[in-house]
Amino acid sequence: MSTPIQTALEPATTPLFGIPGAGLHGALLVVTVVALVWILRKRAALLLAAAPDPRMDRIGERLYALAKIGFGQWRQPRYLVAGLLHICIFGGFLVLLLRSLTMLGEGFVPAFSLPGFDGALGEFYLGVKDWTAVVILISCALAAYRRLVVRPARYHDRHAQRSHSAEGLIILGLISLLMVADAVYEGSAMALEGHTTWALPLASLFSGLLSESSPATLERLGLGGFWAHNIVLCAFSCYLPISKHFHVITSLPNVFFMKLAPAGRVKPPRHGVEKSEDLEKIGVSRLEDFSWKHLLDFYTCTDCGRCSDVCPAYRTGTPLSPRMISVKSRDEAYEAWPIFGKRPAADSRPQLVGEVISDDELWACTTCRACEDVCPVTIEYVDKIVDMRRFLVDDGRVPATMQKALSKIEKRGNPYGKMGKKRGEWIQGDEGEADVRILEPGDQAAWCFFTDSAVAFDPRLQEIGRALGQVLSSAGEDVGTLGKDEVDSGHEARRIGEEGLFEVLREQNCEALAERKVGRIVTTDPHAFNALRHDYELERPVLHHSQAIQELIQSGKLDLQGIEGDRTYTFHDPCYLGRHNDVYDEPRDVLDAIPGLRRVEMEASRNKSFCCGGGSLYLFHEGESEERMGEVRIGMAEEAGADVVVTACPFCLVNFEDAIKTTGREGKMEVIDLAELVARALPESQPTNETSKGLGTAESGGLQE
Amino acid sequence: MKKILVIVERHAGAIDDSAWELLTLARALAGGDGTVSAALLGEGLDALAAELAKGFDNVHVFDDSRLAVPDAEGDGLALVALIEREGYSLTLAAHTNLSIDLLPWLSVKVGGPLLADCFELAWRGDELEAKRTVFEGKVHAKVATSASDKGYFATVRGGAFEGAAPAANAGGAIQPESLPADFAPRRKALRTVEPEAGEVDITASEVLIAVGRGIEEEENLEIINSLAEAAGAAVCCSRPVVDKGWLPKARQVGTSGLTVSPKLYVAVGISGSFQHMGGVKGSSYLVAINKDAKAPIFGVADVGIVGDLFEVIPALEEEFKKVRS
Amino acid sequence: MDIAVCVKRVPDLTEAEIEIDSDGLSLEDSDLDYDLNEWDDFAVEAAVQLKEKHGGKVTAYTVGDDDAEEVLRRALAMGADEAIHLCDDAFAGSDPWGIAQALQRAIGDRKFDLILCGAISSDGTSGHTGGMLAALLDLPQVALATALEVNGDKAEVCHEVEGGLERVVEIALPAVITVQSGINEPRYVSIRGIRKVAGMDIDVKECDDLGLDSGQVGDAGARVRLEELALPPTGGGAEILEGSIDEMVTTLIERIREQGAL
Repeated sequence: MSTPIQTALEPATTPLFGIPGAGLHGALLVVTVVALVWILRKRAALLLAAAPDPRMDRIGERLYALAKIGFGQWRQPRYLVAGLLHICIFGGFLVLLLRSLTMLGEGFVPAFSLPGFDGALGEFYLGVKDWTAVVILISCALAAYRRLVVRPARYHDRHAQRSHSAEGLIILGLISLLMVADAVYEGSAMALEGHTTWALPLASLFSGLLSESSPATLERLGLGGFWAHNIVLCAFSCYLPISKHFHVITSLPNVFFMKLAPAGRVKPPRHGVEKSEDLEKIGVSRLEDFSWKHLLDFYTCTDCGRCSDVCPAYRTGTPLSPRMISVKSRDEAYEAWPIFGKRPAADSRPQLVGEVISDDELWACTTCRACEDVCPVTIEYVDKIVDMRRFLVDDGRVPATMQKALSKIEKRGNPYGKMGKKRGEWIQGDEGEADVRILEPGDQAAWCFFTDSAVAFDPRLQEIGRALGQVLSSAGEDVGTLGKDEVDSGHEARRIGEEGLFEVLREQNCEALAERKVGRIVTTDPHAFNALRHDYELERPVLHHSQAIQELIQSGKLDLQGIEGDRTYTFHDPCYLGRHNDVYDEPRDVLDAIPGLRRVEMEASRNKSFCCGGGSLYLFHEGESEERMGEVRIGMAEEAGADVVVTACPFCLVNFEDAIKTTGREGKMEVIDLAELVARALPESQPTNETSKGLGTAESGGLQE
Repeated sequence: MKKILVIVERHAGAIDDSAWELLTLARALAGGDGTVSAALLGEGLDALAAELAKGFDNVHVFDDSRLAVPDAEGDGLALVALIEREGYSLTLAAHTNLSIDLLPWLSVKVGGPLLADCFELAWRGDELEAKRTVFEGKVHAKVATSASDKGYFATVRGGAFEGAAPAANAGGAIQPESLPADFAPRRKALRTVEPEAGEVDITASEVLIAVGRGIEEEENLEIINSLAEAAGAAVCCSRPVVDKGWLPKARQVGTSGLTVSPKLYVAVGISGSFQHMGGVKGSSYLVAINKDAKAPIFGVADVGIVGDLFEVIPALEEEFKKVRS
Repeated sequence: MDIAVCVKRVPDLTEAEIEIDSDGLSLEDSDLDYDLNEWDDFAVEAAVQLKEKHGGKVTAYTVGDDDAEEVLRRALAMGADEAIHLCDDAFAGSDPWGIAQALQRAIGDRKFDLILCGAISSDGTSGHTGGMLAALLDLPQVALATALEVNGDKAEVCHEVEGGLERVVEIALPAVITVQSGINEPRYVSIRGIRKVAGMDIDVKECDDLGLDSGQVGDAGARVRLEELALPPTGGGAEILEGSIDEMVTTLIERIREQGAL
């Protein structure tokens, strides 16, 4: 072969139905471009009518995310087979981009080649292209096989009314058609020119198949292949924004505009507005109330089902399926803002919040972020759900049990309804007083221990507070607490949508902190940790107790001994410590610093951790579900071979202790907070050998005291 | 001389026990020279009137098809006329849903003060003093009426007084009464709604396990059901449990539910409000399990355990199993 | 529809330590929180739902001290259009008849189609005010409604009667209806909701405005006077068992058997 460019077929100059090829091709492109622009403008109209959302900051980070998650398909392999298939198809498309451009060029100029691709590079590329096409075809076949035969559970949603599966097959078909058409074109040309080469396996295959045909047939087939390819390509690009595959166009921009860390910071009611009370309307009830980026998210949803697959609310049978929120909203957007025809009257459309998306779906979310973490195209869910809840709260549509909890927080500063003046009483336990001072206004301390409501009032959880007090005291740290001047952090109130209540609570806590001089703030509650770190604007550093303890171990201030008993421990990553704040290592370092402690990892650990079911005041509000999240998680711990689950969040502790009881694992499994475990590893907690001479094993109470 | 009227309530065609309890009180308040009359309203009342005559001095009978279904408006119009005519010093009724509907209106129409839900009632000269509960049943209040020349009204807590035993023979006079000529109630009963059929009849069970708000969540009813099975008991509940939809109305015990008189009544996680306890009559042996030592139920129960019901119930279930096997 | 709803501010006694004030006539309330009476919450919700369905206006009334304004604000936030505060020191110590009288005077000549009240209040727990108001206004009434529907100039009301039964009655409007808890699901009032109505005017009326002199109202005019509050005697009552859970449970079964109750 002298040049890689075949010269046997010249679509540009060969007339079709009497019209010069180039002219027809020009018409094709004009129609395509006009149609595409029309469609994209219609799709963009909704975004232009939507709420603002500043996403042009931190460009460097955005470009990095684009490279890693977008082009790099970083999140795809989490579902290995589907992920690899997608990488092949996606990567293949990128590779084939040049070929498509070339073929478009060939519609106008015979033997067209892109600049620099007319020599060896072009030859090499042709080979790469053809092999890539083989990979794509095989991937499409496998993908179709999975969709039709294997039928993975997550492809079809339990709550889906319509199936978009047909669209998936159409796309696979179209992609395959593109590959085949190109190969028929190239193969026919090769047959006409009379040679094949292994470098172009697909084209050669067709060349071989067609070798017996007459030149006239070959010319017709080849040109047929060419036109088929280009027409399909043009149609394909117009089909994308009409179907669930809009993501082919929008996903890379969507990743570029993704929500950058911190994940735990919830969006304000409206970007650019300081005080929520100045807003005429709060929250989202219609599509247009969403920010443009959230609407772009809906367009970008690929209906892959991974979000719902990892969602604990979906898994336990609640009405929520995150994927359906995206898909239903997208379907509604396509109906309410159509490509053709006028927009239907607003009152002829069902209400987005309430009818398209039900109240129950929205209340079932624990805001754990598993969905956001797994989504390959960085779709956000928590902010949207919080925004929709804000509307429900403003409209008074809050379930009765949650109303009671919120009103108790409002009146007494905690969802238990206990008297605020008793908030510092946890310091006094049955076995003595924790070494934590109540700080009055004007006092100072190196650490301020912000307990938040659960640890302050629940008798079981107060033990966590006392344990941390013991640990910090053992390290010689000076720790105080706000006592009755502390109120609920408001973290859950905010994420339930009660922005006003959150603001009131934040103001009270900030005032209380401002009146005291503290060095750093520590908390045993990841929700409080997240709130103080991201929802409040504090000058002081805020640490979770796992971080504080790890620091003290590292600096040698804490010297841990071994713990009695031959048990296997596993650490459960709390949602608000892990996925929202990227703290995974510190708790593990702490556990590993306890001599002789045997630790295993659950399969779903770190960012894949499964929510215990504690967020969004789940303890106070029961949604309808078949199972409890805590019970599922305890099963996972058992599967990993653990008999002790170590938690770092009071809600996790409560949920797992309940789950152990309700699933009949009492006596076989236990839960303990990190602080409590470390307290047992302190030198002063070791059983003394006063009554026995020399060395000998002291009586062990193990963990069953 | 004190003339006392008792408004008699009927249930399912029989005279409610409260009438006899009120008779006891009325006798005490009437003194040696006073009279105690009953007012009976409805249709087809001959047998009931005869029974009342075994204890009351007079029985005023309004037997009229227009009164067949008890309705506060109709009953009230009849009673206003009666009370004004006879000039009763005091009109008594049981504190029930029906009397809540009737007495406030009646007392204002006649013009006499009304005491509600008393468990103690006595003359103080020509006025009345009483004791009742307020603040969700957690506080006792001593109240007294001002002077009235239109008589007084009082509703009385069920079970606060012993039911009088009727005499063997009817000694009282039965006086048929007719409705006023201008009888025109502005409301009329259309139909009565029964609780869902096909349910356990808790009034027939000798042992009842009653569950209240303390159970916290619907799922936790499981432990109550287990306990009930072990104890050979039926499960009933207080109003909040029905409000939440965890149990049907047919299980509700209380003034707005059913009245029960089992041999054994185990109240779990129930505070003991008068509205609930008002449904427990007779001489039940009352057991209370609650984590709040100050819950009013410990004041009326025979024996109690102050503790976490989630720990006590499983242990109790084991004991029942042992004992009944 | 022109609907009136009567509401009351009461102390919230959950988790509270109840102490009688030194005057013996009220609770020691330095640690008490107050809120809208639970039954009145249902009444306001019922009123607002009727307004949303049939059109019209909801007017909320309360008799209470200065602090009582907060329950009117809550009613406004839930959807009431107007609020009237009967506020006068002389009202202190009123019995239900006194309250009903004040309300009757406040309503005056206004022609409401419907007046809703909560069936009872959690502090007084007598359940009288609604019925008394009806008698003073010479309106028909029905108590303990669990369902309510308005059809033109009549209402169909399902209400609690004896023996766990309910009865459906048809009542001519205008009427007074007292509402039992559970009749509906009251909407939530957010902090934002309260803020939105913070600036609305509330009409305040004193005794003079109502044509009442202080001898007719409050403690002075009460037909039923409170003389003393006392905590129930703790002596007597249940035998409280002691010991470990297992010990207590064993003793309990013993007691039950002794009584022949098993």
